Amino acid sequence: MKESPPKSARGRPNYGTRYAGPTALWFTLFFATPLVIIVLYSFLKKGLYGGVQPIWSLDAYRSLANPTFAAVALKTLATSVIATAITIALALPCGYFMARSRNQTFLLLLVIIPFWTNFLIRVYAWMAILGNNGFLNEVLHRLGFVKEYVQFLYNQEAVVLVLVYMYLPYAILPLFSTIDKFDFSLLEAARDLGATKLQSMTKVLIPNIKSGVFTAVLFTFIPIFGAYAVPLLVGGKDSYMLGNVIADQLTKTRNWPLASAISMMITVVTTAGVMVMMNLQKRDAQRLAEEKLSTGDAGGGEQ
Amino acid sequence: MSGFVLIRKPPTGEAARHARRANAKRFSFSQTVFVATTVFLFMPLFVLVLYSFNASKGMGWTHFSLVWYEKLFFDSADLWHAFGNSALIAFTSAATATFIGTLGAIGVNWYKFRLRAYVQAITFLPMILPEIIIGVSLLVFFAGVKLKLGLVTIFIAHTTFNLPFVFLMVMARLDEFDYSIIEAARDLGANEKQTLLRVIVPVCMPGIVSGFLTAVTLSLEDFVITFFVSGPGSTTLPLYVYSAIRFGVSPVINSLSVVMILGTVVLTYSLRNFLKYIAAK
Repeated sequence: MKESPPKSARGRPNYGTRYAGPTALWFTLFFATPLVIIVLYSFLKKGLYGGVQPIWSLDAYRSLANPTFAAVALKTLATSVIATAITIALALPCGYFMARSRNQTFLLLLVIIPFWTNFLIRVYAWMAILGNNGFLNEVLHRLGFVKEYVQFLYNQEAVVLVLVYMYLPYAILPLFSTIDKFDFSLLEAARDLGATKLQSMTKVLIPNIKSGVFTAVLFTFIPIFGAYAVPLLVGGKDSYMLGNVIADQLTKTRNWPLASAISMMITVVTTAGVMVMMNLQKRDAQRLAEEKLSTGDAGGGEQ
Repeated sequence: MSGFVLIRKPPTGEAARHARRANAKRFSFSQTVFVATTVFLFMPLFVLVLYSFNASKGMGWTHFSLVWYEKLFFDSADLWHAFGNSALIAFTSAATATFIGTLGAIGVNWYKFRLRAYVQAITFLPMILPEIIIGVSLLVFFAGVKLKLGLVTIFIAHTTFNLPFVFLMVMARLDEFDYSIIEAARDLGANEKQTLLRVIVPVCMPGIVSGFLTAVTLSLEDFVITFFVSGPGSTTLPLYVYSAIRFGVSPVINSLSVVMILGTVVLTYSLRNFLKYIAAK
């Protein structure tokens, strides 16, 4: 994590707790406590009208193994993996192009402006494009490509498309900032040594920006894995994701322990991903430090 | 031996290859993808702008009209009420988060104390967990302490997800702080309070201001968490938009979108200039 050694001079009173106390209190009360409650609830029996009964039970986790939920969980995972893969595949060349450009500020602005637009408005815009009487159908109809209106909305493909749209900037930005620090002369060197363009990318660029790629994957995968609004608005019955199940269990079926157990599942997956990311970054930082120590060798980098 | 080949192929000397690579930069693969992605990113916004000026209710273009803007500004009382709620929550939660978060960042950056690692970890977590987890856990918490869902619960939720961003931005500013200024202030006899108010806070101002504005933006933007912790009568603008678009297209939302997009661009532009102005001072 961040290493900023405290600079307090010796002998002065320590006001640390006083300064950070409100922050600690706020998060303990409104972040840590609710999470602990969720953990507890996931091990309790469900109440008759919502809420829980104070009886220990593994019912919630048992129903996670139930085929219907397992199917939704797998579907959520598949959707997240596909959407993340498409996002990264688009974001990598974009980040590379931006990093090599001379107009970085302008290109960054281009990527960020759509991102500033309200989340729901962007979803809505896609509904207006893909809807039965939407922009796309209108254009196709006028050009004479289709006679009947095509149903683009309310299916799995629409969910993936809109998810990719929503989280593209999340992937482009970290990739851009990592590639920006990359030493492009290494690519020249690879080409001079006979690598093809593709080889120079896959064997030189990608291994050097691994931690950036992982950050981008995480930044897209985590919100997509917990998606709620997008599948609700542009998805059909078959594109329900875990987030929607949680909401349903909470507000309709009123099975709070189950909602808590699913939330726990998402939290654990997320936390595990973040821990791997932090380890990777730590390793990267160590490797950089070691390389710095060993500069002076003609070889420089490893391999 | 391979004279024939040499004639047909361009020279492959190193200099020539460099030159060729430099010349061949016109339409690279990455550029094509970038242009396509930018078009992809802007297309929805373009469609919204276009149809906000359409006379008809549907997506079929009839003719230019400002009817949806007229409706937005003069015939959408509910929408403006929701906007009022959003603005109220955005400013109160951003202000609270900025106050608490700035102090927290200063404490963590400055001192070594028992809670330090805890504060660092717990300000990091809310940023990475999916929104729905925060929404659900707060809903369950509010139900547990029997706090009625409404503006107060939304305020608490928004302050909670705003705090980490303020904390992070002030921390970033503190990290590039020249500590000799503090030493100088101390040597000149400033006490803790004077150092804080006259030295640390002014130097951190860009971080504090951008933290505050980020918090306002995030709060105005949030749908998922608000959806879980809102009650009857506490509709915010995103919740209003949600109920309007839930079952299809509603043209007032087109004009609202354009006004919001313009608002963000203007706000961000002035923010940039403001930050530049502060930095130059």
